[in-house]
Amino acid sequence: MADENWKPKIIAIICNWCSYAGADLAGGARIQYPPDIRAVRVMCTGRVDPLFIMKAFQDGADGVLVSGCHFGDCHYLEGNYKAAKRMFLLKSVLKNIGLEDKRLRMTFVSASEGAKWGHVMDDVIKTVSELGPSPLKEFAR
Amino acid sequence: MAEVKKYEEPRIGVYVCHCGTNIAGSIDVKAVMEYARTLPNVIVADDYQYMCSTPGQNKIAEAIKEQKLTGIVVAACSPRLHEPTFRAATKEGGLNPFRFEMANIREQNSWVHMHQPEEATEKAKDSVRIAVAKASLLEDLIPKSVPVEKTAMVVGGGVGGMQAALDLASAGIKTYLVEKEPTIGGRMSQLDKTFPTLDCSQCILTPKMVDVFRHENIELLTYTEVEEVEGYIGNFDVTLRKKARGVITPEEATARGIIGGGCTGCGDCVEVCPVIKPNPFELGMAPMKAIYVYHPQVSPLIYTVDFDSCVKCGLCVDACGNERKAIDLDAKDELMTVKVGTVILATGYEIFPIEKKFEWGYKNYDNVITSLEFERLICASGPTGGHLIRPSDGETPKKIAFVLCAGSRDNTGVGKPYCSRFCCMYSLKHAHQVIEKIPGAVPYIFYMDIRSFGKMYEEFYYRIQDEGAKFIRGRVASILEDPVTKNLHVNAEDTLLGRPIDMEVDMVVLAAAIQPTAETEKTRRLFGVSCSQDGWLLEAHPKLNPCGTTTAGVYLAGVCQGPKDIPDTVAQAEGAASAASIPIHRGEVELEPYFAVCLEDKCAGCGMCVYQCPYGALSLIEKDGRTVMHVTEAKCKGCGTCGGFCPGGAIWMQHFTTPQIVAQIDAFLLGGEQ
Repeated sequence: MADENWKPKIIAIICNWCSYAGADLAGGARIQYPPDIRAVRVMCTGRVDPLFIMKAFQDGADGVLVSGCHFGDCHYLEGNYKAAKRMFLLKSVLKNIGLEDKRLRMTFVSASEGAKWGHVMDDVIKTVSELGPSPLKEFAR
Repeated sequence: MAEVKKYEEPRIGVYVCHCGTNIAGSIDVKAVMEYARTLPNVIVADDYQYMCSTPGQNKIAEAIKEQKLTGIVVAACSPRLHEPTFRAATKEGGLNPFRFEMANIREQNSWVHMHQPEEATEKAKDSVRIAVAKASLLEDLIPKSVPVEKTAMVVGGGVGGMQAALDLASAGIKTYLVEKEPTIGGRMSQLDKTFPTLDCSQCILTPKMVDVFRHENIELLTYTEVEEVEGYIGNFDVTLRKKARGVITPEEATARGIIGGGCTGCGDCVEVCPVIKPNPFELGMAPMKAIYVYHPQVSPLIYTVDFDSCVKCGLCVDACGNERKAIDLDAKDELMTVKVGTVILATGYEIFPIEKKFEWGYKNYDNVITSLEFERLICASGPTGGHLIRPSDGETPKKIAFVLCAGSRDNTGVGKPYCSRFCCMYSLKHAHQVIEKIPGAVPYIFYMDIRSFGKMYEEFYYRIQDEGAKFIRGRVASILEDPVTKNLHVNAEDTLLGRPIDMEVDMVVLAAAIQPTAETEKTRRLFGVSCSQDGWLLEAHPKLNPCGTTTAGVYLAGVCQGPKDIPDTVAQAEGAASAASIPIHRGEVELEPYFAVCLEDKCAGCGMCVYQCPYGALSLIEKDGRTVMHVTEAKCKGCGTCGGFCPGGAIWMQHFTTPQIVAQIDAFLLGGEQ
């Protein structure tokens, strides 16, 4: 179904303290990964309203990544736990409305894990690429 | 979604930075700038070699004035690096500094897509579009100033912590020095000599310990651990657990009405105590009673009851007598809370459990010891009075092998990948001590590289070579014990001569790797400090902010941040003390105004957000006959967890508002070419 030139559109909502810093570290270390993800920075993944993710899918996103601190490491104590709970629930909602729940991913990358950020990028892009374009794409706009 | 507030017509200026070739090397900066000109609300777009330079910043300030801009976007490096710079430039142009948004096209673009210039350029265009969308909705924000408590806390009483506490206290700041052991002094008090000067470690340390004890601005809290931390820069409430010591100081005795009482450090109690256990300060190589001081120079000189082994026979209480009444075997842990403005962590290190490298036989073979055990054995105040002996038979070893990088620079997954940084130098010092103290003894040093990088270190290396130490370049593969003589066979490859070696020696000293202390993990979580992959505490910036952390008001000193020797530890401690005193001397700090705000007309007063807040910043109040949520700004740290949860969209997270984030999402997914 996807044409040869199709590239996934993936949005990453990432926390300032861990994952954003980890992504910066990956840059400093010149770790190379595919350029299909665009990042939006928030202070904490706790800020991520599930409606943001629904909005992204409604807008035609092929995948959404939410990435925060490791459990126990949250700059705001427990925002990442709350985000993880919401993402868990949201995944079941996505399944129920017929969207592959693999299109939504939550990861935990610390400020010192530049290499891990690179792996996460590779993996998320690979997963979403295999799934192909989002079925919601035609409803976008 | 929350209703978009009314704004004036947005007028955005976009600036794309080349960063030399850092960005321009893989991104077509001109194309990104031309693209920005086509975006809605963009009034000016420009590019420049180095936006962070003075001319670059001036462009921003001038354009704000000339073009009456309402928002600025700079596409350059990470906001974690230069957001403060460009906010200042925005402010200089007469605009509120929070009307600035950064597009990260370096760390998260040009540097990670170096070989895909077309895709990188497209990504940069998207990033600019996303940033413009947010900038169009930015509002004026006013940072909140809060007063700073004029006290500081140092956690860890080793040489780094002591230096930091002395500096803070001498700058007129009341300082709490918290140490988990019964005495300050840390690792340095276990060492015999220090390289390269061969100063006696205790001789240069004990004056500092006395200074700390006597300083009028230092409140020394030994045998105390951090239990809980609340608050933020300027206003930390730290709960401390004063562990039951079983012995009271003269001051505490006076407070209890025992005039002339309290521990004088006489040691009468030790004489009568029937419990004998290994002394951890001597690494188990000497005995200790259940009531103890580690060594004669402890500070404070107060005995401590080890309640884990005490049988509560009461003999010590009798020996102490009715006048001093210093011993209280029913003592319990006490909690106390102190308020401090800033905190320095100096939690140090411990020795890597080198028995995990089973091929070297530590703990299996009697005559394989660690370098810290060597320090105690060669130290005049140590268990053998400074006579180096073989643990197996008490004989003086004549042929001693020193194994460097024991567990350091080890990529097998068992040891540590990093260099522990001081083992080369102290092993050279050990070699010197062997030659000096034992006539005819020869030290053999098995090394990978000798890293003698400091001032006068290389010279020290030459000196030890001249003194007759033998150097063999090769990593020790295995050590085997002769079961009869208890001598050891060291197997290695001499990589300079290119041949295997099987050397029989009397003793092996492993220069074991170091690792963060067991308590470091707990302490860093209490203070919200990140750690690097190896568990060392993470500095705010490895080059330009090595003493700070990402938690405002918390600073680092010494080995807890990464392996370093005594001079570097002391230097960093002085740096951390200086950094920690700045907010205190200024008297107030500005907090980023990312507070939650309740949109009262939308708030249903359900109160579910109240339980989301980890800081207890939210509460329900009655207002105009309705129940609405109320934010206590001083407690709100701006994480937005409430805002991500509110079912009614009634929480306005300043600078990360729902309309702003949705605009970013829309800009990416709907705004570009489909």
